[in-house]
Amino acid sequence: MRVYDLAHARAGDKGNTSNISVIAYDANGWDVLRRELTAARVAAAFAHIAAGPVRRYEVPRLQALNFVIENALGGGVTRSLAQDPHGKALSALMLTIVLDGNPGAGAGHGMGTGNAASASA
Amino acid sequence: MAREFLRIGCGAGMADDRIPPAVELVERAELDVLVFECLAERTIARETRDRLKNPALGYTPGLRDRMAAVLPGCLSRGIRIVTNMGAANPRAAAALVHGLAVEMGLSAPRIAIVTGDDVTETVRTMADAPTLEDGRPLGDFLPFMASANAYLGATAIRDALAGGADIVITGRVADPSLFLGPAMWRFGWSETDWDKLALGTIAGHLLECSGQLTGGCFADPGVKDVPDLAGLGYPFADIWPDGRLELGKCPETGGRLDRATCTEQLLYEIHDPAAYVTPDCVLDVTDVDFVQLGPDRVRVIGTRGHPRTESLKVVVGYEDGYIGIGEMGYAGINAVARARLGAEVVLERLRRRGFSYPEMKVDLIGVTSLHGDIPGRPEPYEVRLRVAGRNADRAAAAAIGAEVRSLHMQGPTGGGGGYSLGVTEVLAVRSLLVERSMIRSHVEFV
Repeated sequence: MRVYDLAHARAGDKGNTSNISVIAYDANGWDVLRRELTAARVAAAFAHIAAGPVRRYEVPRLQALNFVIENALGGGVTRSLAQDPHGKALSALMLTIVLDGNPGAGAGHGMGTGNAASASA
Repeated sequence: MAREFLRIGCGAGMADDRIPPAVELVERAELDVLVFECLAERTIARETRDRLKNPALGYTPGLRDRMAAVLPGCLSRGIRIVTNMGAANPRAAAALVHGLAVEMGLSAPRIAIVTGDDVTETVRTMADAPTLEDGRPLGDFLPFMASANAYLGATAIRDALAGGADIVITGRVADPSLFLGPAMWRFGWSETDWDKLALGTIAGHLLECSGQLTGGCFADPGVKDVPDLAGLGYPFADIWPDGRLELGKCPETGGRLDRATCTEQLLYEIHDPAAYVTPDCVLDVTDVDFVQLGPDRVRVIGTRGHPRTESLKVVVGYEDGYIGIGEMGYAGINAVARARLGAEVVLERLRRRGFSYPEMKVDLIGVTSLHGDIPGRPEPYEVRLRVAGRNADRAAAAAIGAEVRSLHMQGPTGGGGGYSLGVTEVLAVRSLLVERSMIRSHVEFV
């Protein structure tokens, strides 16, 4: 199963560093992500474009992880040769990461048109 | 202002943000204050360059159009405007707005400017200071410096509003400070009431990217749906004197405002959630939660603040050569192989002409340009070759786009839609910390 099946994500930039939040759709997904989506896992998935290091912060009340990925943006927005100097598209790369985990947990989860008090199944 | 709470709306989160959502906020959202946040990392360096060429310029280029759209509505409703569109020339920005009011037959607004962020002369004396990116001394970059601006905090904005300003125009301030300043003014919060300052700061952090809180940068069809995305409405915050904070969005607009959109914006551009440093305080969001009160209405709880740090962040813009870019498209059978051949040919031709580049990037748009090159990706029906390179010499940078464009006639078969994107002058940035005592913000009515 992919991170995409368990969570949504957004990428931000500061200098040459990308930060990507990974926000679980529900409690089952949070358990899997917390256990499986380690900083090392993310560093490996981004190794071909980011030298790192990668730090992982947990925000349990919001069932979210925040990854800070250094040396990810080609020297920073202002000097990068990249098509996407801000790295805004990198959130989608995070979501493609494949995890081991209980295949029954949170599969195919979405959140429709929103305005639910929480996004649990 | 009979309401107990203060309502602050965000009409822009970047220099070229859309204008209609700001007009909607003014007409329908019953705001007290409208904020336009329009500066990015390098924009003050670019605006400073403009001012050096022409002393009447240096404000954000979109200033006139944006203000013309909202000035009548704001003045007639008593909505105050706070903006950093002053960029490198708040004084000229204010003059433009005065002229606009006259031109539009409006009563003259009271305009205050905030200055003191320009610290070019101060940093010239700090050649030994380490830059935050990798510790290299500032002296390495001073010969190429184009601008140096400190991120000022909220107090000057507070003072400008307290002095009766209808419109506050600043240069560089921290984005959340644009929103905290009005709250400090309205409620008289102390500069050391860290939890209150954190509240104004988190309100600003959530609002400062406009539509990114209300369903922008969010939709994934069938998975994360956003109602009427085309009609995306912009957000506002309601702040009470005791620190209660609620978020809403402009009535009768598209978009969505809920725990999911708020969480994405909360963590945006934050590193350590326990310590987000601003000029006004250190924000701690580790215990924050979002409570849905109704459709598109969220209460923010659990915010904490800690004492502010001893220094202010300064961003130095400096000239760092040129970037040249060219693109060419290929489609149909063997498209990727033809694009790769085109890249090889461009690089070899540049080499034979005697050019060498410290850095060159070849992308296949459709395969590798956004997520890098990993083997095993499916080959698309069509692909766009992109070649970008860096050089200290403008002519060398310009040669790149020209060589790519010439692939039309001199390259692989069936190349189409090629063009040179010419040359960009690079204005890079370096940051450093400067003691607060060396920087003074200044409020002036103009």
